[in-house]
Amino acid sequence: MSETTTTSAETAPAGKKSGFSIVHLLLEGRAFFALIAIIATFSFLSPNYATVSNFLIMSNHVAIFGLLALGMMLVILNGGIDLSVGSVLGLTGVFAGFLMQGVEIQSAGVILYPPVWAVVVMTIGLGAFVGLCNGVLIAYFRVPAFVATLGSLYVARGVALLMTNGLTFNNLRGDVSLDNTGFGWLGFNRLFGVPIGVIVLAIVAIVAGLVLSRTAFGRWLYSSGGNERAAELSGVPVKRVQVSVYVLSGMCAAIAGLVLSSQLTSAGPTAGTTYELTAIAAVVVGGASLMGGRGTVRGTLLGAFVIGFLSDGLVIIGVSSYWQTVFTGAVIVLAVMLNSIQYGGRRIGR
Amino acid sequence: MKTPAHSETPTNRPDEAEVVLAARNVAKSYGAVHALKGVNFDVHRGQVTTLFGENGAGKSTLMKILSGVQQPTSGELLLEGKPVTFSSTVDARDRGISIIHQELSLAPNMNVRDNIFMGREIMGVTGVDFAEEERQARALMEELEEDIDPLTRVEDLRLGQQQIVEIARALSVKSRILIMDEPTSALSASEVEVLFGVIRDLKERGVSIVYISHHLEEALTITDHAVVLRDGEMTAYAPRNEIDLEWIVRNMVGENFDLGSPPEGHAFGAPALQLENLSVPANSGIGNAVEQLNLTVKAGEIVCIYGLMGAGRTEMMECVAGRTEATGGRILLHGEDISGLTIAQRIEAGLVLVPEDRQRDGLVQTMSVGRNLSLASIGNFTRGLLTSRRDEREIIDRSIREVTVKTDGPDAPIGSLSGGNQQKVVIGKMLATSPSVVLLDEPSRGIDIGAKAEVFRILADHARDGMAVVYSTSEVGECLAIAHRIIVMRRGQIAAEFTHDTTKEAIMAASGESLVA
Ligand SMILES: Nc1ncnc2c1ncn2[C@@H]1O[C@H](COP(=O)(O)OP(=O)(O)OP(=O)(O)O)[C@@H](O)[C@H]1O
Ligand SMILES: [Mg+2]
Repeated sequence: MSETTTTSAETAPAGKKSGFSIVHLLLEGRAFFALIAIIATFSFLSPNYATVSNFLIMSNHVAIFGLLALGMMLVILNGGIDLSVGSVLGLTGVFAGFLMQGVEIQSAGVILYPPVWAVVVMTIGLGAFVGLCNGVLIAYFRVPAFVATLGSLYVARGVALLMTNGLTFNNLRGDVSLDNTGFGWLGFNRLFGVPIGVIVLAIVAIVAGLVLSRTAFGRWLYSSGGNERAAELSGVPVKRVQVSVYVLSGMCAAIAGLVLSSQLTSAGPTAGTTYELTAIAAVVVGGASLMGGRGTVRGTLLGAFVIGFLSDGLVIIGVSSYWQTVFTGAVIVLAVMLNSIQYGGRRIGR
Repeated sequence: MKTPAHSETPTNRPDEAEVVLAARNVAKSYGAVHALKGVNFDVHRGQVTTLFGENGAGKSTLMKILSGVQQPTSGELLLEGKPVTFSSTVDARDRGISIIHQELSLAPNMNVRDNIFMGREIMGVTGVDFAEEERQARALMEELEEDIDPLTRVEDLRLGQQQIVEIARALSVKSRILIMDEPTSALSASEVEVLFGVIRDLKERGVSIVYISHHLEEALTITDHAVVLRDGEMTAYAPRNEIDLEWIVRNMVGENFDLGSPPEGHAFGAPALQLENLSVPANSGIGNAVEQLNLTVKAGEIVCIYGLMGAGRTEMMECVAGRTEATGGRILLHGEDISGLTIAQRIEAGLVLVPEDRQRDGLVQTMSVGRNLSLASIGNFTRGLLTSRRDEREIIDRSIREVTVKTDGPDAPIGSLSGGNQQKVVIGKMLATSPSVVLLDEPSRGIDIGAKAEVFRILADHARDGMAVVYSTSEVGECLAIAHRIIVMRRGQIAAEFTHDTTKEAIMAASGESLVA
């Protein structure tokens, strides 16, 4: 019975009010404080941590996780889950690589080299397509999200392996004579010293934030994640919203796939394996509720930074990768625990 | 305010010995909200004490404290004269106190039997003794004269039946103090009568009852003591033989209310909603809940639909609103067939439904009061791609004023409202879309008499401006309030039709209900 889940914050006597609000502040801003603590600790432990070059490297990593996590957050807000994003990242990277190698049209006997912008558009289109399949399965065929996206996790990975025969595309730089150079720009260039990947993340985040807070779609998403039946009776097109979030998540994964293969100037079929779990972790650390209906862009970004900066920090101070896994796991569990403290109390009175 | 001589705090009363459970100076605050401000409250052995009060007066809060759901901010509880604190509901239950919550607290995915014995499973040698549990569950259903199989899942039950299960669960505990927070809000008159029979039995066995209801007349027939709560303070107390309906209303809201009368002086317009031979499948999938129903409602007309539980009122309304598909017949809105339209398109066309179950179908618990209120009219404050904060705020403020929601502000979480105020949010949300036809399924569920009059007044006003109103109720008195026409439904069909000048008895007889006191 939910009625009995009274939290200490709820029952705190009135006299402890100031203490209560500090706890509240810490709870609300926990991802932010965690990030500060992480940066402070690692700067103390290693002189190499708090350097400009290291921050740039770390933000490049965060950009990938952040893009995946933003898409994942939309799905989680809807009360679903998207396990396929890591595979979609791999698949779209390979697909981009495949296009960059040139598409041979056998009947005409020519090899087409699409320009980079076309590669980008088609790759994002592929991500959207995988998301569409997920969404339709979930919304119209009532396949549980966990199962449907688990299926596409395997299918997308399998297709990526088939496309390359398990090998890696290395030649992604294009050729001046073919007029398809510029793929590396996404991963290597900087704008005012900021890596393009990070700028892409920022743009996606701003758009997502605007959509969530200021558009009808955002309101539809929050309401259908919070109570689908009530949302539907209020005229929210719940099925369309559900399909859209998976499409958007697929598109985010494709963008991440482009950025990653550009950063590496190669596209391997196994890229992004288990990244879906990192993305889920970032969303949860950012304070979203896996039950749906609660979560913010700001929180998710912070979550991505916490996870990224923590794991890179552990690498820098030379902790064994086994311990890294243990630490990351502990952070996730701690975050979810705080989530249930924060949201548990609000159920009173239902 | 004029209060009778007995309004002093119960502490000084002579029959102190009879008090089993007492609250002394109990206060409860939620942040800046003072839900209770030092209340004294007595529960008498073997008697029914009824708590009256407006929405948000603090009734449920006091009951949650008496049953260990929440701890008071200050003050103490006395059980048989000795101070006690209840650390949890389980603790309170072990000491013989159980509660029926205003908002149902059942697990919808589990069956009736498992819900009744949740947390108190009967253990046999080989684990849970399901057969014994089922036997007891059946006996309880028999006692409540309900035809509910203990093995049905709760989510497949109608709201009223779920309420019966909730009651059965509380009865199965065999406690000595039983708290009932609006146990009858979804029950029909005959079921209420059965419940009252059960309550009388319990009293004879020495069980003390605390009862809360917004059906004042009904509560008066069962109660032995009346306590009125207002804004977190006890404002009046009296034993049954000294009070009447007028006394309660006067102490609750300070003036007398009547539920209004049908708006007159406007001509009805063209037919706004027409149902032609409408058939709707039953939730169970077997047979039809509504059979070949014909109904025409004109613009400006108010129609009340009365019927027992299972008469098909909810199924009919949900079908008209677009939640379920009809198995036959047509639905015409302003003369046009709307069968193919989605719920959103029907809302756009001016047809809205205020659902019966506010927790399941009405509210988004994760959103604020304001966002719940504006949810159905997002299109009205979207300018181009973006929503306009100012326009939204205007709509929200207007709704809060129109249906008089008692809240901390539009940003308060919806769960912080009292039950009746949550109901008003659901009504306000749909009215904010400026509909031309509005269906309300039990709109008065859980709202106090003042608010009820207010909601009816709003509906009457809108009807005068040409809105067609269809509302259902299981309280006969409400049929006679503002409806121009009263339709009695029975087993999915229209059993009778009355005009405003009929009597309660005639309506109830037509519904197949035996006449009750
Ligand atoms: N969890 C909470 N957080 C903040 N305020 C709350 C909370 N629960 C109740 N309140 C406030 O306490 C007051 C009393 O609420 P309560 O639920 O006891 O009213 P009630 O008398 O049962 O009303 P109703 O007849 O509508 O059920 C209300 O103003 C309500 O908004
Ligand atoms: Mg209440």
